[in-house]
Amino acid sequence: MSHDRDDLPDRHAPELPAPRGPLSAGVLALLRGEVPPPGPEGADAADPYGDDLQLALYCCYELHYRGFAGVDPAMEWDPGLLTVRRAMERRFLAALRRDVPVHDDLRSAVKELLTEPAEGTSVTWFLRDEGELRHLREYAALRSVYHLKEADPHAWVLPRLWGRAKAAMVSVEFDEFGGGRAERVHAKLFADLMADLGLDTSYGRYLGPSPAPALAVVNLMSLLGLHRALRGALVGHFAAVEITSSPGSRRLAEAMRRTGAGPAAEFFYDEHVEADAVHEQVVRHEVIGGLLEEEPYLEGDVVFGMDATVFLEDRLADHVMACWRANGTALRAPLPDTVAAAA
Amino acid sequence: MPNDPSEQNRGPVPPGRGERAHRVVVPRRGPMLVDGPVEVELEDGTVVSSDRFRVALCTCRLSERYPWCDTSHRRRR
Repeated sequence: MSHDRDDLPDRHAPELPAPRGPLSAGVLALLRGEVPPPGPEGADAADPYGDDLQLALYCCYELHYRGFAGVDPAMEWDPGLLTVRRAMERRFLAALRRDVPVHDDLRSAVKELLTEPAEGTSVTWFLRDEGELRHLREYAALRSVYHLKEADPHAWVLPRLWGRAKAAMVSVEFDEFGGGRAERVHAKLFADLMADLGLDTSYGRYLGPSPAPALAVVNLMSLLGLHRALRGALVGHFAAVEITSSPGSRRLAEAMRRTGAGPAAEFFYDEHVEADAVHEQVVRHEVIGGLLEEEPYLEGDVVFGMDATVFLEDRLADHVMACWRANGTALRAPLPDTVAAAA
Repeated sequence: MPNDPSEQNRGPVPPGRGERAHRVVVPRRGPMLVDGPVEVELEDGTVVSSDRFRVALCTCRLSERYPWCDTSHRRRR
């Protein structure tokens, strides 16, 4: 092969994961430079929420972030790979358009997000009240496919916004990226949390063990971030995350304290209680307000982004709780009991 | 050097001289938003500070992290 970057591997790029079906096997083989691209027909036959399609899509998107060890960086814009990626995106997006219950308008969607159940039964409630360290470790491992690149998928939207929406979105992202201080970048704070929990903090380490519902949540962000046509949905997605994060983070901070997970583990969620209480206000009033002032016809997309986020998060929560209630693992394989302390 | 950033740190700047006013957003419901960094003096005289680009100050007094908003003002089902 004549790829010009084979001699310059990214030292931090993760290993390619194992395939989970014919579609991901085809994409992974293509990434290794072995075979011609799989045809788009494969995507049409795959379960849009299943392991095979979600892993294949995740790997396509990862080329836009950190890439993979041994994969030519130029594959990011390989026409064959982009063709199969587009087929997978269409399948995923069509499933969401079909399955997501969408609110009539922005006001009702936001109102529902702002209403907290007095007593919940989902993951963060479970972890607060009865979670053990093994649950917290699994939760952190499957969330690491996002949190180790926290806020990165949302940075794609910046050139697609302007005026108030852009200024406000940049200010929230600046906060996510540590306000100019490397040690306070949220992805770094999450790596510190993982170290407290005895997890391997290497980027991409837990892609292989992460189940499809966890990958789908991140794939939605990448999908919405990478397509300018979906900028309204990206903003809605981001708002849903910021609005629901603060109360959930409070429960997770309590879980970390109760189990003695460690100071960095507590700090990550404590920081998100306060930060996201601010981000919620800025995103709702400035980012959404500013965007819809400029482009009012995007309201439906904003609502779709919110509702699709809730839909995929609920699917992930159902998966995790079903596994834990059955006393099993929420990952594709249980974590080793002890992990050598990460450097 | 005329643009030396340390120029900005030579003691407090008199109001209206060189510094932009800090904007405070006071909504009907929800926290008060103040451009950071801020120092907040509490009733007992303690001073807490935040250097976030913007801070959300609790106005409902329900926050467990008073004076910072922790979204405790929200309606519950």
